[in-house]
Amino acid sequence: MSKRIEVRDLNVYYSKFRAVEGVSLTIEPRSITAFIGPSGCGKSTFLRTLNRMHEVIPGARVEGEVLIDGDDLYGPGVDPVLVRRQVGMVFQRPNPFPTMSIKENVLAGVKLNNRRISKSDADDLVEKSLRGANLWNEVKDRLDRPGSGLSGGQQQRLCIARAIAVSPDILLMDEPCSALDPISTLAIEDLMEELKKEYTIVIVTHNMQQASRVSDKTAFFNIAGTGQPGKLIEYDDTNTIFTQPNVQATEDYVSGRFG
Amino acid sequence: MSTVAPIANALTAGKLPRYTPAWVLLGSAIIITGIALLMGNPSIPGIVVVTAVLFVVLVYLLSLVVEGSRKAKDRLMTSLVTLAFLLALVPLISVAATTIGLGLARFDLEFFTTSMRNVTDAGGGALHAIVGTLLITLATAIISIPIGILTAIYLVEYGRGKLAKWITFMVDIMIGIPSIVAGLFAYALFALIFGPGIRLGIAGSIALSLLMIPVVVRSTEEMLKLVPNELREASLALGVPKYLTIIKVVLPTSLAGIVTGSLLAVARVIGETAPLLIVAGFTQSMNYNLFSDRMMSLPLFVYSSYSQQGADPQQFLDRAWTGALTLILIVMALNLLGRLIARIFSPKLSR
Repeated sequence: MSKRIEVRDLNVYYSKFRAVEGVSLTIEPRSITAFIGPSGCGKSTFLRTLNRMHEVIPGARVEGEVLIDGDDLYGPGVDPVLVRRQVGMVFQRPNPFPTMSIKENVLAGVKLNNRRISKSDADDLVEKSLRGANLWNEVKDRLDRPGSGLSGGQQQRLCIARAIAVSPDILLMDEPCSALDPISTLAIEDLMEELKKEYTIVIVTHNMQQASRVSDKTAFFNIAGTGQPGKLIEYDDTNTIFTQPNVQATEDYVSGRFG
Repeated sequence: MSTVAPIANALTAGKLPRYTPAWVLLGSAIIITGIALLMGNPSIPGIVVVTAVLFVVLVYLLSLVVEGSRKAKDRLMTSLVTLAFLLALVPLISVAATTIGLGLARFDLEFFTTSMRNVTDAGGGALHAIVGTLLITLATAIISIPIGILTAIYLVEYGRGKLAKWITFMVDIMIGIPSIVAGLFAYALFALIFGPGIRLGIAGSIALSLLMIPVVVRSTEEMLKLVPNELREASLALGVPKYLTIIKVVLPTSLAGIVTGSLLAVARVIGETAPLLIVAGFTQSMNYNLFSDRMMSLPLFVYSSYSQQGADPQQFLDRAWTGALTLILIVMALNLLGRLIARIFSPKLSR
């Protein structure tokens, strides 16, 4: 399953402060879309509005529409919990649950929701998810050990396994490789290529090589100055953004001549 | 072999030999003892205090000359911190030694198997007080721990705006309530319902709850705040509702700290005397029922044994010391239990 995301004129506020202004874009299913831009330009904030995780921060609210295959995330009566079950998220820092083993971490989405699952189904789901996250061969002999005992890169892939175990339609990744070494980064980039066949993937990254390597489309966000809202400057095929961008600021940013 | 000239190193600095402080301490002790003997009036506490002062000054000066001012300050602070630690140990060791020394006289089977009913001098025991203390404290814990933990969960996970601020403010005030006021409150409450002169074990528990709830709230609040937000977000992003996130992720992660905090709160109220004197009353007999009649407690047992001595005062004093020793042992057992539980429940980080 993979779904299309349509965003129409989205504004994000933290209390009175407008963090993101007037973003409209469409993200196609079975593609990888990268968000790039300087720190504080609202990429992560915008990403979090795609599964209503920004609401966790007190005072955060949204104006505008986010449609996932035509369903408005911000329509009346929408349950954020149901949204998050369809739109998975991987965070910047690997965050396996410290009280759980590797296996329990993968099953967290099922177990934490008090859903019953037979032992054989659970074992199958663990293997499938860990294979999906390219981690199975490394941890298959120690599934009952704590997840926090793995290396940083392994922990991040465990978090990806945990996110895909609930079979979402869309996977959001907020700088998933910024805390990892080049080898682990490569492993996760390969994994994204695999996952692309089944999921719509949106990734925030500060690494422009990464954006150009993995993504099909790229969105460049920028901010006019501190206290100003972040805006979507340009959204196009990755190739276009990195070779012939339409806007001068995009060219300055991707070529490193920014500011 | 030719002798090798020492290599000049611009990064070296003067350094006192490793055991210098120990030798300085020995030296100052000998000097001060000698002076005290010459003056003909040696008192051990006096010698210890003057030796400590001399030691601190000598080490500082020696280090200042040889090692320079930064190291000298370091040594001065090290000495002062060590002294403060030793000073803090004095009352602790003194209390423990006195209580054990004097309490062992009646630390026998009879003390733990009989009450004071019809005992006028020798014999007798504190079973009624031990049972009373355990029952009243248990009831206090059953009332306070759920209220305290739920309040802390509200404050950390849900509380926004004025209500949360007011609750925090009120909890701060409750921490400062004198225990006698808590006792008077519980007495007034029960007197309104059952008439004046009422004395019940459960009233004692209510009074102690007033003292225990804020302590539980505070410690649990701190523990919940220590749970990284990333874990909450990870759980929410999996489509887990907030209440299940709290029950299944936040609470297990902080369980060890919450248990330890709650047991320390129990230890805090188990020794309370004043509120129980007012609302739980004072008796010589067994009472297993929290909801009827007066109920004895260990602190009150100690207090009454001391304040109302009979024909043979030594018997009463011995019982008072043993009661105090028993109370200390119960608190110590609770602390050890807390440590054990914390170790069992804390997140495992081994590979």
